[in-house]
This record gives sequence, C-alpha cells and structure tokens, in this order.
Amino acid sequence: MLESPYPLWSLLGILFFALNIAAGLIWLERRLLGLWQDRYGPNRVGPFGLLQVVADMVKIFTKEDWIPPFADKWVFIGAPAIVVATVLMGFVVVPVTSGIVIADLNIGLLFFLAMSSLGVYSVVLGGWASNNKYALLGGMRAAAQMLSYEVFMGLAVMGTVLMAGTFSLGGIVQAQARTIWYVIPQFLGFVLFVIAGIAETRRLPFDLPEAESELVAGFHSEYSGMKFGMFFVGEYIGLVLISSMITVLFLGGWLGPWLPALVWFLIKVFGCIAFFILLRASLPRPRFDQLMTWGWKIMLPLALANLLVTGAIVVAVR
Amino acid sequence: MFSILRTIWDVFLHAFAKRVTIQYPEQKAYLAARYRGRIILSRDPDGGERCVACYLCAAACPVDCIALQATEDPNGRRYPEWFRINFSRCIFCGLCEDACPTYAIQLTPDTEMSEYRRQDMVYEKENLLIDGVGKYPGYNFWRVAGVNIGGKDKGESEREAPPVDLHSLLP
Amino acid sequence: MPKIHIDGRSYDVAPGQNLLEACLGLGFHLPFFCWHPAMGSVGACRQCAIKHFKDEADAKANGGRLVMSCMTAAEEGIRISVDDPQVVAFRASIIEGMMLHHPHDCPVCDEGGHCHLQDMTVMTGHNYRRYRFSKRTFRNQYLGPLINHEMNRCIQCYRCVRYYREYAGGADFNAFGISDHVFFGRERDGVLENEFAGNLVEVCPTGVFTDATLKQHYTRKWDLRWTPSVCPHCALGCNTSPGERYGTVRAVFNRYNSAVNGYFLCDRGRFGYEYLSSPERVTLARQRRDGVRADLTPEAALAQLTQAAAGVAADPPGRWIGIGSPRASMESNFALRQLVGAERFFAGVEAHEWELDTRIAAILRQGAVHSPSLGEVERCDAALVLGEDLTQTAARMALSLRQAMRQQPLREICDPLKIPHWLDHAAREAIQGEHGPLFLATTAATKLDDIATHTWRAAPDDVARLGYAVAAALNLDQDTAGTVTAEWRAAAAEVADALLAAERPLIVTGVSSGNRGQIEAALAIAAALAVRGKHPAVSFVLPECNTLGLALLGARPLPEGMDMVRFGLAHGAIVVENDLFRRAPAEEAKAFLAQLDQHGGHLVVLDQIRHATADAAELLLPAAGVTEGSGTLISSEGRAQRFFTVAAPTPNRAESWSWLEAAQGHTPALDDMVAQLCALVPELEPLRQAAPPATLRLAGQKVARETHRFSGRTSIDAAIEVSEPKPPVDPDAPLSFTMEGYAAQPPAALIPYFWSPGWNSPQAQLPYQQRINAPLRGGDAGVRLLEQVAGSQFPCAGEPPPRFEPKAGRWLIIRLYHLFGSEVLSGLGRAVGSLAPDAYVALNPADAERAGLKEGDAVRVEPDGRRGYQVPLRLLPELPVGVAGVPAGFAALDGAGLPHWGTVTAEAPHA
Ligand code: SF4
Ligand code: SF4
Ligand code: SF4
Ligand code: SF4
Ligand code: FES
Repeated sequence: MLESPYPLWSLLGILFFALNIAAGLIWLERRLLGLWQDRYGPNRVGPFGLLQVVADMVKIFTKEDWIPPFADKWVFIGAPAIVVATVLMGFVVVPVTSGIVIADLNIGLLFFLAMSSLGVYSVVLGGWASNNKYALLGGMRAAAQMLSYEVFMGLAVMGTVLMAGTFSLGGIVQAQARTIWYVIPQFLGFVLFVIAGIAETRRLPFDLPEAESELVAGFHSEYSGMKFGMFFVGEYIGLVLISSMITVLFLGGWLGPWLPALVWFLIKVFGCIAFFILLRASLPRPRFDQLMTWGWKIMLPLALANLLVTGAIVVAVR
Repeated sequence: MFSILRTIWDVFLHAFAKRVTIQYPEQKAYLAARYRGRIILSRDPDGGERCVACYLCAAACPVDCIALQATEDPNGRRYPEWFRINFSRCIFCGLCEDACPTYAIQLTPDTEMSEYRRQDMVYEKENLLIDGVGKYPGYNFWRVAGVNIGGKDKGESEREAPPVDLHSLLP
Repeated sequence: MPKIHIDGRSYDVAPGQNLLEACLGLGFHLPFFCWHPAMGSVGACRQCAIKHFKDEADAKANGGRLVMSCMTAAEEGIRISVDDPQVVAFRASIIEGMMLHHPHDCPVCDEGGHCHLQDMTVMTGHNYRRYRFSKRTFRNQYLGPLINHEMNRCIQCYRCVRYYREYAGGADFNAFGISDHVFFGRERDGVLENEFAGNLVEVCPTGVFTDATLKQHYTRKWDLRWTPSVCPHCALGCNTSPGERYGTVRAVFNRYNSAVNGYFLCDRGRFGYEYLSSPERVTLARQRRDGVRADLTPEAALAQLTQAAAGVAADPPGRWIGIGSPRASMESNFALRQLVGAERFFAGVEAHEWELDTRIAAILRQGAVHSPSLGEVERCDAALVLGEDLTQTAARMALSLRQAMRQQPLREICDPLKIPHWLDHAAREAIQGEHGPLFLATTAATKLDDIATHTWRAAPDDVARLGYAVAAALNLDQDTAGTVTAEWRAAAAEVADALLAAERPLIVTGVSSGNRGQIEAALAIAAALAVRGKHPAVSFVLPECNTLGLALLGARPLPEGMDMVRFGLAHGAIVVENDLFRRAPAEEAKAFLAQLDQHGGHLVVLDQIRHATADAAELLLPAAGVTEGSGTLISSEGRAQRFFTVAAPTPNRAESWSWLEAAQGHTPALDDMVAQLCALVPELEPLRQAAPPATLRLAGQKVARETHRFSGRTSIDAAIEVSEPKPPVDPDAPLSFTMEGYAAQPPAALIPYFWSPGWNSPQAQLPYQQRINAPLRGGDAGVRLLEQVAGSQFPCAGEPPPRFEPKAGRWLIIRLYHLFGSEVLSGLGRAVGSLAPDAYVALNPADAERAGLKEGDAVRVEPDGRRGYQVPLRLLPELPVGVAGVPAGFAALDGAGLPHWGTVTAEAPHA
C-alpha cells in the first residue's frame, strides 16, 4: 500500500492534469487522425492549432444551452454530470508514481470497476430523459454493451490480481517491479482488457450508443452546449483513465529506467491513448449484434479460460 | 483477425505518408470551368439578357432557393423583372443550370462567397447578371423561338418560313 | 351497364359513352386533343387511336384495326387494346406530325406547365424532333385585353372554333385558310365579342389562346397558391380556383362543379379578379376626424372599432344601425346583425329591388317552386325568359340555356337516327340550325336572340303581362283566360303549347327589370304548369353573389334605417361592404351622411374598395373579400357554397365578420360563426355542410393550397428576412398555406386546384370526376338550402300590371346590363374596366327623332325628383318607344330606384 506524502497536492494535481489532458486530447485526437489520414487536422488556431481547444471551449460555452421541452428536465440536466463525476472518481485509486496517489485503497481495482459501471447510468439516464427515440435506443445500447463488457473486463484483470496477490493498484505495480510487466505473462488478459476498455469508454469502433449513421447522435442527440461538452469531456477523461489502468495493470505503471517515474507513467499513458486513436482511425464499427456476440461468446469464455489457467499456474508455482 | 491488425498497421504507416491537403487560402486549388460554384445569369451573344423568366430553374431547385418574376418589354421580349437566389440555401447542385432552356443560369468555379451576415447571401439580379455569355458562347434562344421580339419578326427565326398569307387560297 | 374488354380485362362502364370517355373514366392514359368533355367528339386530331378487335379470336391473333376511340361507342362486349404496339406507334407519329411546325416556345409560352400539348407529348413519348425543314409561321392578332393570341402554336384541333361558334354562339371568330395553314382568329384585329371567350384559354390545348391578364404578372401554374373559391361577381355562384403568388392573385381558373359551372366561366368571373389590385382598394384602416384623414395601424383601428362596438352595446337600443350587403358573406352580415340587433339591421340594397329580393326569398323558402341548378338549366328542353338579359345579368346561365336548346332537337332528330349525342359533328349536321323552344320577352335585344324561337321587346310591365297571358293560356278552368292581357293572346298560346310539350320546362325571371309583375307572372305560369301535371323549374336571377343569402337572413329595408337617422333615433351606423350611393338616391345618401355628421354621429365602414360612403366614414376598415377571406355565399339557386382565402392573413385585413367579432373581444373561427348562425337561424342549418369543418384532417393532414412543385419558398421573402418565417395557419379552413398536405383527392369543397399525375392542363379535372361529366368523386361542392316542398301552396300571384303607356316627352328610365361594368367589383379591374361602356342613355330612334336628338348628342337624363346627369345619347332600335335605358353600374344612377319615370333633354351647350 502506497501513502502519498502530500495527498491534497496529489488530488489537486491529478484533477488538474486529468481535466487538462482530456481537453488537450480534443486537439491531439484530431491531429493524429489527420496524420493517419494524410491531412493536417486543426492547424489554424494558434501554433499547430493548439488553441483550437480554447476556441472549441469558447464555442461550447457560448452555445445555446437547450433543454427540450419534452425532456425529463432534472434527469436530463443531471446525466452529463454523472459521467464526469464517476470517471474522476476512478482516478482516486490510480497510482501515478509511488508518491503521487490520492488513496491507494486495498480494493482499488474493485473501486475502479465499481466506478466505471456507475458511469453507464449517465448514458442510460441521458438517453431516457431526452424522450427521443434515437436517444433512448442509444441509451439501451449503452446499457447492454456496458453490462456485457464489464463482466469480462473484471474477469480479464483477475489474472493480474492472482499474480500480484492484491487488489491494491499500488501493490500490483510493485508486484510487477518484483517480477515482470504483466503484459507478458497476462498477454491474453491485456488484450481482453484493452478491448473491454474501448467498449467501456464507448469509443470507436465500439461507439454504438451514439452511432451517428443510425441514431443521429445516440444518447446525446438532444444535448447541446456545455451539457454535451460534459459527455464529450467525460469520454476523454475516461480515455485517460482507461489508459492509466492499462499502464498500471499491465505496463508496469511508473516503472522504467533512467527517466523519472512520472515521465514513464505519462509516456505509457499517451502511448495507450495514441493506440486508441489509431484504432479509431482504422477500424469500422461492428453491428450491434456482432458486438454482443463477441462479448458473450468469445471474450467471456476467453477471460474465464485465462483466469482458470492463470489460477492453475499460480497454484502450481506456489 | 489478421486483416484487422493489418489495417491498423497500414493506417499507422500513413503517419509517414505525404499530406494531400491543399493549404487554402495560401494555396489555391484548380477548379474546372464546369465546377459548381457561385451562380450567374449570362447574356446572349447580342448582349441581351438571356434569361426568359421561364421559372424552370426555380421549379428544378431542390431547396427552392430561386424566386423571380417574369415581365415583358414593350416588344414582347420576356425577362425577369427581378431574380433572387438565396445562396444561404443553395446546395450548388447545378440542377438549375440543367433545367435552363436558354443557358442563362450557369454555375461558375467561384466558391469564395462567405459572409458574416446570412442576409448578405441573398443575391438579387444585379448581383447575378454578368456581361458575357459564360460557358456557352453561341446560343441565343430568341433566334430559335417562334415569338417575335423587337428586331426579330415572325418568320425570321432559324428555320422559319415567312408568315402565311391568309388571303391566299393556294394550298 | 355495358361490359367492355380492354387489353384482355373486362370493365363495366356507364351506358351512352364513347370509348375515349370510358377509358379516361377508367383511368387509362389515352391521349386526345379534339374531343372535349362538354363538346363531344369530331375525330379531327387522330390522337386517340386504339385497336378494335372483331372478337376474342381476333384479339388473340393480334389482328384488329385502328379506330378513333372518341368516335366509337363503348358498346357491350367491345374488345379493344389501348397499348398495342401498333397504336402506340401510331399515336406517337400523330403527335410528331403535330409538332412539325410547333415553335420552340415552351420557356416563353404562357401555357407551359399547364399545357395539354406538353402532357400529350410526354404521354406519347415523343421527345426528339427529326424534322429539319422550315416551320410555318403566322402573324398574331390583337384580340382585346383579355386574351392573347400566339398562332404559331396551333395544332389545328379545331376545339376553339367549335367552342366559340357552336358552344358559345359567337360569330366573330373562325377558321381561315386551308391545308397546313389554317388560321384561327377573327377576320381582323379586335376585341373578341363573345362573353365566354375567356374559356378559349382552357379549351385550347396549346398556348395559342392564353390569359392576357395573367401575362401582366406571369406565373406558372405550379407556382401559384390555389384555393377553392366562389365567383363573387354575380349571383350564380360559379366555382373558381384563384391562384395567388407574392401576395397578389394572378389568375382565376375554372373549378369543375357538375351542378353549377361545369367546365366554363364567363369572362367577368375569369378576369374580374383584377379589381383586387386596383388603386381603389382599401388597404389600410383610416380615420377621418374633423375632415382630416389619417391611416391607422391595425391595433388602433381595432381599438376604435371596439369603442364603437361598446357604444352599440351601451347606448339605448336603436342608437346604432347596421347596414348589411348582398356582396358580403353570410357570416359578415350575420355578425353585423348580431352586433346591432335584428331590429336595427338593414339591407344595403336599393329599396325597390329589396322588395323583389325578399319576395323571391319568400317564394323559395316556402318551397313553392323548384329552383334549378345550372346543370338542370342545361338539361331543360323549353324555356321562357321574362325580362332578363341573361348574357349580361347571369352570364353562365345564358351559356347553359344555349346548350339546353339543343336538348329537343337531339331527342327528336338524333335519337331516331341513332346518333349518339357525343358524336358532335354528326349530331350538329343532323340538327342543322334547329333549336328547342326558347322564348325571350325582354326590354332590349339580348345575345340569346339568335337561338330564340320567338323574341318580344316590351316595357317591363308588358313583359309581365305576357307572362300573365301565358299563365292564363295554361289555366284551362278559367274561362276568362287572357281577357285582361288580350294583346298577348297569340304569343301566349305559342309559349303555353311549347311549355306543355316539354319534358323539363323552365321559366327564368329576375329582378333586373325591377318589375314585381314579372316575378308573379313566372309564379303563375309555374302554378298553372303544375296543375297541368308538369314539373316546371323557375330560375330567379338575382344581382349579387349573396343577395339571396341576405334576403334569407332577413333585414329591414334601407329607407327605414335612413329614417332612423333622419329622425334622430340613431346616431351611428356601421356599413358593411356597401356604398350607400349605389343603394339610395344620391341626395338621400348625402343627406344621410350629413345628418350623421351633424349630430356628432358615427359612421363606420368596412369594405374592400373605396367609394363615396367609405370616403365619408369616420372609421374605414379594410375588409377581406372573396379570395382574401373565408365565408359562405348563397347563390341564386339557393346553394350555399364556402369560399376560402387564398392570400395569407395580414393584420391589415380581415373579413368583416372577423373585425366585428374582434371588436367585441371574440376571436371566433369561421366554423364558430357558422355554428352561431345555424343556431339562431335554424332554417339555414344545411349551411354547415357547405364545406367540411376546419378540423378535418385527411390521413392526418390538411389539404395543401400550394402545388407540390411550388418553387422559391426559401427565397421569396429572403430579401426582407433571410430566415424563413413560420408558414401562416388558417383557422378557418382545413387547408394549409404550404405545399405540405394531403395528396389525393379531397372533398369537392376543398379542392384548391386540379392536378393529377401526367395531367397538368385543365383536363386534370377529368380524373376527379366519378366518370366523365359526372359529379366529382364524393359529390359536388355546395349544399342546396331550398328544396321544393311537395304540396306547398303557391303564394298568391296578384293581378297583371296595367299596360305600359308611353308618355309624351317623358320616358321610363330602365337599366341596361353589361357583363363588363354593371358589377362594381369587376368593373374596377384593369382589363374588365377598360371594356365597360361609358355612361350613356339609350333611346328608340323614333323617340329620339321626335325629341330632335341624334346619336352622340349630349343629353341630360333626369329621373323625376332626382338629380340629372349629362351623358351621350345612343340609339337602340330594339328599345320600346317610351323607354330610356341607362347602363347598370353607372354609379350616379344606380341608387335612383330605376325603373323610374324621368326626362331626357338636350343639354344646353355651355355658354
Ligand atoms: S445549384 Fe441547386 S440548390 Fe443552388 S440554386 Fe441551383 S438548383 Fe438550387
Ligand atoms: S431556367 Fe433559365 S431562362 Fe428560365 S427562369 Fe431560370 S435562368 Fe431564366
Ligand atoms: S403550347 Fe405547350 S407545347 Fe407549345 S410552346 Fe406552349 S407550352 Fe410548349
Ligand atoms: S387555336 Fe388551339 S384550340 Fe384552336 S385549333 Fe389551334 S390548338 Fe386547337
Ligand atoms: S380526340 Fe379522338 S380524334 Fe381527336
């Protein structure tokens, strides 16, 4: 279990970085997509288009904040807040370095899983409260998708837990310091977790809840202005969170030679983020039934098998 | 499965490819003469207004952004009293040009027509009418039509016989 | 019902049709040109070819021969093919032939977009010109301000000349020349004389004849916003479709109603709409305080009207009077009556005429006689007209009567020869010049004289005496028959015999002669015919579009209302859509206004047009007329018909009923007004059914006023405001102001325009009919209020008036009617107004000579006790001695209570 010497500073620092990185991702994602599509992406506002983020923020804050007269008003307003809140809560247990952590709970991993499952409420409620058929369909899809992928997400990381012998995320990193980055022994678990992670953050190719070609904009069809912005930013913070989790669980967290621990952590996190963006640039969106079939018929059995084998080996080694 | 990975790899490799973006407005793209941009009303080779106010472009327009009113000069030549295109609605589909029986309305390769006020996107006839024939040099509708206008009497159009003499009983 | 076989399938069709009618009625797209539903077939164009098989084996063997479907009867068991490749090729070659000389004109042709030739060319698939030689050309003629001529476009179908000469009875139009240069027009340039010439616009399948008033502000048919409307220019209630764009009405099209106007309108109805853009229109509310006039905003105007209405309610009863109008809708008159109270509601009708109007209303209300629809008039087979110059006072009825006069010859000559009635050329050849019995007893010559069996010219009283004589001749049990009116005995016997011999006799009379005796005589004839076992129809011709409605609603005579002001019993008047100077002698009207002014009284006028009364008003409000408002009119037949606005509402204009109700703080929709009216006047209950209520939705939608091709909606208002405004909503009609709406056929009263796939021309009326020439599917528009009641006692018919005696140096001044000019609204139109005669006085040449007057002399016509006016003299040989005629619609004498004795004297030359 890690203890931060400056818990309050850690908290503020992580909050500050999470939010700013999320904002920066708006720019980064568009630049990277541009790169992979042989274009430039935003390059007009400020140097390298960096101020695009500011421009977008100004725009989103000054847009009409519309609440549809047919919507369930309070739920409609509350839903976007949930997504940001739950994702930020997830950061509580993330050990950035051995010294920068808010609270390295001994059930840290379970806490993360719990928070990420709460996030689905935001989408479902947002979709339902909009009182719009596309939004509702989007919400329903989100519920089904999260439910399915959460199951093997949890199972996929159990291998690492077994190997580290702890639910504490700090403990898992430290365990990797003793042995080896778990991406190697737990490669299957790593792949499953990445896939589940994309699904949990509802990013392409698994953005079926908002599939714009079928559902207008899915669960946030009726959202505009900053309420839409919250969903938008929530997605990016979720992306940072899941990348942090991959880093912590499989890529040895802050571990690494020569460079300071924080730098290593950031490098790994951004690597993951870039990979997610690459997926978005290259993969088409599956059909919803395919998504569910993979989840239940392929991923879940694989995750169980992974757990079983890992368990067997762990028992055998002991 | 493999194809998915290969796709990801292929896309990744594009990071090292040349960018195709043309950096407008510093660089300009070549737009062919038949490019569908700002609409103009042209004149026939004699310098007369080509548009005969037949309303066909207005009918063809899928977003209904053309409105006009027909009128006639004292010699019976029909022309639009006013002609309005609401470019804030126009989708530059070119159907108006297709529909026009006189080659009057033409799309041009000029696309630089942004405005700060949407109201300024409404073009009236004086903004549309140019002093030339545009893409179609030779055509003059009135030279083939059967109605007479100033300077062209019955029977003086292309392939027209002189007016029938009603007092003759010869078959 | 004959069964016919078309391309191997069998269909039941109505008997007595030709194959073209049968096929069109069944929905086949069979091209045609020369056949017209009202004029039958002549087989001139060869466009309607089909294959006719001998029998089933012939059909199987693909034999058969080409026949013209319009010339072949749809007989039991006949086998034909419509889409046999041979006939399809034949029809394509026919149209290619027609197009050889057709000019390259569509873009500048006013017919384009509702051109039958375009439709047929598309239908036959001819789309490429192979002919490379030169085209024949013609010079055009000037045919007057109503019709434009562009002869190059003619395809020689002969519809125009058949219509003009044979159907409408015109003489100044013909086909000239031979071979491929047949010319259709007049002998020389000049205004077409026939009162129905405007129908050429719809009859001609090409752009040879087009609406010259539409040309002034040309718009394609697809770009117009249409509405179901009723012609406001006479009492017959023809159904029309006015088309509007950019806020002004551009043209009026015929709206088919088998019981009323069928396919045709008169020129006053078709072209009279131009008054809507006359400078005499009231467009803004205006007040006049201490002689100073000022325009008012709609809010200020409403506030002032509200004040007036409050005054009406607060004052002791009788302090305000209301003056209704025969050209205002039922709702407007009713709203005024409700506001001022029935006791203070007066008919804005000249007193003498009102007496006749109420008498006629009483006769019809009692159910004493059968009042025929125009459709029935067209089927009558003998007619007596007492005192009406129908072509000028009820024009469309004259056209119907002209057709009716073919009934008897068709029956007696064609039927024995087995010539079907639709086989027009053969039937006309067989009939030659024969006409059914038509008797015209009028004061001056009429345009029906050419087909009359007998015409008599007599002073109004003498015409009435002729009527009584006919009644006497029919009354077997009265020995004294005709003794009183002995001078007419021979004539009466002739008429009586003809009426008795007829299957469907008709008597037409009306109020235009201002003679009560004529009405009573018509009644007496009908009574006598009924006694003799006949079922006569009696048509009473009334002057204005809602005269009968006002009479049925009931109102006190105008002079009583004026007296109330004169005696100080009232100090305020609300005048709805009326000019008192046309309803009362000018001096009286002036005195009335002066008295109101003197006693600090109030005058509120609601009208569409400016006139002397409107100018004197303390508050003048712009009233919406037909085409700008909604309401109900009752035609002289007794048919209640609804009209709906075509113009989008603006705060600067409202129906009179709407103003008056708003002034009392109510905002009823039309249906509420109708409901109130029906509740208070139960007799008018059927009025409710004149059209479906505004709540009607067809497949969840309203009916669209705009065509589905309506263009420019994101551009029309863009110059003012680039964001498109929300389309206006009409609370009074189940009609939308946009192109969104029910696409299939709505109930007849709601059909804004006729269009069906492949049919853009006026022929699009055909697919809306149950079968050709039958009522529209779902029944014709309008509802008849006054049916004959079996066994109803005929009201007492009174005594014949005394014989007319000319007086030395004095004349009975009567009105002479003119289609153009005698009606106020249409007369304000540009084109119609230009055709209206200038004021004149007409005298018999013998009279004129005796008085030492010559044609063109400036004379002074002065009804006794009234002001005189100087007008030029016209000689009218047909006019009886002792009678002087002035044109109706001559504002100065309209209210003089004609017929009236007076003098015509040579005007002293100015010193
Ligand atoms: S280009 Fe298309 S949208 Fe634009 S005016 Fe022409 S028809 Fe209309
Ligand atoms: S189609 Fe051509 S000729 Fe016709 S109105 Fe439009 S621009 Fe004028
Ligand atoms: S008559 Fe018809 S086909 Fe001929 S030019 Fe006119 S619109 Fe075209
Ligand atoms: S003028 Fe018209 S109606 Fe007359 S023959 Fe020619 S095309 Fe037919
Ligand atoms: S319609 Fe039959 S021949 Fe003309």
